Amino acid sequence: MPELLALLLQGLWESLYMTLVSTLLAYVLGLPLGLVLVVTDRDGICPVPWLNTVLGVVVNMLRSVPFLILLVAIIPFTRLVVGTFIGSTATIVPLVIGSAPFVARMVESSIKEVDAGVVEAAQSMGASPFQIVWKVLLPEAKPSLVVGAAIAVTTILSYSALAGFVGGGGLGAIAINYGYYRYQSEIMLVTVLILVVIVQVLQEVGMRLSRAGDKRIR
Amino acid sequence: MEAKEMIRIEGLDKVFRTKNGDITALQNIHLSIRAGEVFGIIGLSGAGKSTLVRCINFLERPTAGKVVFDGQELGSLSPAGLREARRSMGMIFQGFHLLMQRTALQNVCFPLEIAKTPKKQAEARARELLELVGLSDRAGSYPAQLSGGQKQRVAIARALATSPKVLLCDEATSALDPTTTRSILALLGEINRSLGITIVVITHEMSVIEELCSRVAIIDQSEIAEVGAVEEIFRQPKTPIAKKLIFPAGAPAASFGGKRCLRIVFNGNSSFEPIVGNMILECGAAVNIMYADTKDIDGKAFGQMLLQLPEDEAAVRRMLSYLTLHDISYKEETIHA
Repeated sequence: MPELLALLLQGLWESLYMTLVSTLLAYVLGLPLGLVLVVTDRDGICPVPWLNTVLGVVVNMLRSVPFLILLVAIIPFTRLVVGTFIGSTATIVPLVIGSAPFVARMVESSIKEVDAGVVEAAQSMGASPFQIVWKVLLPEAKPSLVVGAAIAVTTILSYSALAGFVGGGGLGAIAINYGYYRYQSEIMLVTVLILVVIVQVLQEVGMRLSRAGDKRIR
Repeated sequence: MEAKEMIRIEGLDKVFRTKNGDITALQNIHLSIRAGEVFGIIGLSGAGKSTLVRCINFLERPTAGKVVFDGQELGSLSPAGLREARRSMGMIFQGFHLLMQRTALQNVCFPLEIAKTPKKQAEARARELLELVGLSDRAGSYPAQLSGGQKQRVAIARALATSPKVLLCDEATSALDPTTTRSILALLGEINRSLGITIVVITHEMSVIEELCSRVAIIDQSEIAEVGAVEEIFRQPKTPIAKKLIFPAGAPAASFGGKRCLRIVFNGNSSFEPIVGNMILECGAAVNIMYADTKDIDGKAFGQMLLQLPEDEAAVRRMLSYLTLHDISYKEETIHA
């Protein structure tokens, strides 16, 4: 029993490590990408239609590749970056590439919720495009961005479980190796339960953070 | 002495290119707005007045023509130069457009942050302006906690923060109730008098022009129909659109050339029922009351009334059937004028 507990704790740690680091890196790429998608839009504050179209197509292409296929397809790249394609750290590479376009779209949709009139007001005061992004778009969209981040982190967690199929480590790997291949249904059940609890906690924390920071609520 | 010119618009056109062809929003606009005046621009919705005000601060770039603001031609400025010029033009909107995640004070500080004013100085200035608009006690409130009128006051304070020379008001009172509208208009008038700031007011309501403006331009179908002092235009509107805006109900439009009259006899009908009023509303035509002598006795109407009927035959028929239906006795007569 103690070995089992140690195994699950190890899996939990690996899953959280993969998920949180990947989410962070996905936002490092996806947040600027999402902002560029909004800003260069035909009705944006710096319209560059060709760039907008190119980025839009690239994002859609990356999003349409099934994650399991992406995972395998970029093994050479993963090996180049991390030195190996097995284990939690190696899984971070496909997780980031697979989820950054998704994060970019989430960010884009949150930013687009900001009232165009407020942007116009800022322009009428002589705000530069950079000031509009930094002082209007991001702060005004913050509550929606936080909800988006909660959705992104839980999605990335489920992607990371999928990586268990190809030696990715974490709770997903335990569920597959013990539960699926060795017919130990109890272990599969326990890992799935742990995943359910993590998703619940992350989602709830995100919603609460969003609400607490939203000044539109009286 | 002729006052200095603050804004000059010369031969301005604005065309929007859309998939379904070009839409001309403004055509050959010429205007001169003097320093220190309150200038109104009025028109029906869709006339192009909101586009015109956005051309004044180049939120919309005109397709042709010039906008000269305080001696500077805006079209010739670099993007940075244009942003600098905009700091001398405050703007307020129908929808207030406050930053929802900032307090009233932080909203007023916003244009000062944009202009890179030191924080302490900006905050002191913002407090001063909240005092001016009568909201010093709400400095820490978020827009969601303020009423419409209070939000517009914060927006006014914000627009004045950089000490602009001009304040552009785009339907600033259209989302407010009549009482709040009056108090906001009073505030704008006071700001004009005490700070000497030029105000440009865009509206579709003649009452706003009447209350606040010294001169007015009437815009109709993308063009300026009439410009002049407010009292002159009110006294003698020349164009049909001016007449329509001044007498929105269509004034004494119906002519009463008809000689047919109707004598209605009230013989104990309920006096709480507005028979003639309802008949006019229902039949969609006016009548001319030539003579009336009615009394109210214990809630019942007695007496008679002589109505001159409209020329429209169909309306007359509707009126007669209305009276029959409501059991009112009448008699048709002819008058000899």
